[in-house]
Amino acid sequence: MAFLSAAAHADLYRVVRLIRRFEERAVELVRAGDIVGGIHPYTGQEAVAAGACAALRADDVITSTHRGHGHVLAKGADPKRVLAELAGRATGLNRGRGGSMHAADFRLGILGANAIVGANAPITAGAAWAAKRAGDGRVAVSFFGDGAVNQGVLLESLNLAALWRLPVLFVCENNGYATTLAVADAVAGTITGRGEAFGIPSATVDGMDPVAVLDAARTAVDRARSGGGPSLIECVTYRFDAHHTWEHRARVRYRPDDEVLKGRSRDPLDVQGSRLSDADRERVDAEVESVVDEAVAFALSSPHPDPEGALDDLYATGLRGRPGDGR
Amino acid sequence: MPWLSYRKALNRALGDELARDPAVFVLGEDVRVAVSNVTAGLLGRFGPERVVDTPLSEQAFTGFATGAALAGMRPVVEFQIPALLFLAFEQIVNQAHKFSLMTGGQTAVPVTYLVPGSGSRAGWAGQHSDHPYGLFAHAGVKTVVPATPEDAYGLVVSAIRDDDPVVVFAPAGALDVRADVDFATLAPVALGAGRVHRQGSDVTVVAIGHLVHDALAVADELAGEASVEVFDPRTVYPFDWDGLADSVRRTGRLVVVDDANRTCGVAAEVLATAAERFDLTAPPARVTRPDGAVVPFAPALDRAVQPDRDQLATAIRKVLQD
Ligand SMILES: Cc1ncc(C[n+]2csc(CCOP(=O)(O)OP(=O)(O)O)c2C)c(N)n1
Ligand SMILES: [Mg+2]
Repeated sequence: MAFLSAAAHADLYRVVRLIRRFEERAVELVRAGDIVGGIHPYTGQEAVAAGACAALRADDVITSTHRGHGHVLAKGADPKRVLAELAGRATGLNRGRGGSMHAADFRLGILGANAIVGANAPITAGAAWAAKRAGDGRVAVSFFGDGAVNQGVLLESLNLAALWRLPVLFVCENNGYATTLAVADAVAGTITGRGEAFGIPSATVDGMDPVAVLDAARTAVDRARSGGGPSLIECVTYRFDAHHTWEHRARVRYRPDDEVLKGRSRDPLDVQGSRLSDADRERVDAEVESVVDEAVAFALSSPHPDPEGALDDLYATGLRGRPGDGR
Repeated sequence: MPWLSYRKALNRALGDELARDPAVFVLGEDVRVAVSNVTAGLLGRFGPERVVDTPLSEQAFTGFATGAALAGMRPVVEFQIPALLFLAFEQIVNQAHKFSLMTGGQTAVPVTYLVPGSGSRAGWAGQHSDHPYGLFAHAGVKTVVPATPEDAYGLVVSAIRDDDPVVVFAPAGALDVRADVDFATLAPVALGAGRVHRQGSDVTVVAIGHLVHDALAVADELAGEASVEVFDPRTVYPFDWDGLADSVRRTGRLVVVDDANRTCGVAAEVLATAAERFDLTAPPARVTRPDGAVVPFAPALDRAVQPDRDQLATAIRKVLQD
């Protein structure tokens, strides 16, 4: 493993901690009815977003998934505005139009979370192609789950990326399940085998350790920036919470209790936290707490968007269609 | 009489057809655990060969259903969210739908596509809130949008027994509807047969899916000023034009409420046919989603792009004045 300074370890820990506390507070807001529609909590998987984004430059781009808050925060989005988006407020990243599954911040290279599994992969490849053409050295990262590896469009995107040697990093978060379907019941062959079949260097790493993810991501990003084409990293991780917060109310059983216990026993917070002195850890925890408090206060005190503008920005050109009542 | 919920009606229809016909099987995402609730209990009753969990490979498992149908099975494909139909559109419209004609009638493709929770589900935003029945009607795929538990039961049964592909849209807004029904009276409902839920003499309101319940509420609200007939086509393709013609012959006025984008929607088709065939005493009206609507996330914005009761009442009043 690469040597990291104490400050770099603290930075990684800060991101893991920020995502954890953000998600826990967001779940509370779902329960309180302040976030409508629920969320797909990222809890347990923080090391993946933290490690992968730590390998990126500010102008690199990412695309994300339905479980996207972690990626968006790790890429630097303002927690206040992410939470305001989840709460559907006018001050949110997407002005309340996107919600949990579509958070985007183009100034930070966050091309958007996506609600359709696998749909972000070709988008990432296209962005990487544009970066390559521009010769600006930018790299594009596609985050996706184990469920996405059975989508044709993802496999087609691996082919395009390899064929055209695009600066893409495919980061698969293998958390063992696509909703209720276990990887063993869904994936023939292996996830890295899918990359290898297209000649893409592919590695499996410990997705509970941000440093392990960072190491692998650095190698891949260096390769991409120097014209070596795409890489795939399978991060083995575990989702600590529900697939989606509706599970908190519904009785769906698909993960054995002992598996959940074991899965939760290795916590990225502790993996990374143990690399900090107690004093540093406490300091970071306190900082994160105030950031998250501020985010909640900001989100809940922000105005709701005006329904009159429900279809603002439907077209980039300002085109307005007819309203639903024909008036 | 016992209460039957819409979800339970779908579940019962699937269970009854699985029990009746060994060629029937269900496939889709998370159908064993029954995340949508529609397949609850079926794994235990019928086993894993007839209740099949698929990987997230919508194109493939939809086409797989076509293949199984060509080989004698009657698959029911469940789609967790309406947007998955966009991924599977090629397999339904360009494959399953075209086999019969293209093979010179050598084969049928008896597949049912079931979408429990179509339309807005409040807070699921742009990519999970479409209600794309109009696309399938346009393509000529048999398409049903049941409004009530009895009709949900009866139309799913008919869809499964039908020899052609049929898409069943269960609107998110109807899933929680319950009805007091005698289970012994549950029966197949013929595809292409509309239903008059409420008789009236001044105006016919054509309402689709969950909007039938809104139309009935508006009709009650306006009872003092107008006699409103509520016509539920139940099947949007093939449409019960004769049933609607009968209704409009009595009322002479027509309003359509359709939770879908305005341009080329089912409401547009109803108004076009009315212009061709019906003798209307006043210009008709429709209440729809706006043109090209993408459902925004924030709840008030989400509601703002769906047809609502006030808009319907206004449209009815206007048509009655003209
Ligand atoms: C193409 C597509 N199919 C199905 C769904 C419904 N759905 C949303 S998330 C999900 C599971 C995704 O699993 P995975 O890719 O492993 O990501 P995870 O939820 O585990 O983070 C499903 C089936 C969807 N959004 N898009
Ligand atoms: Mg997964």
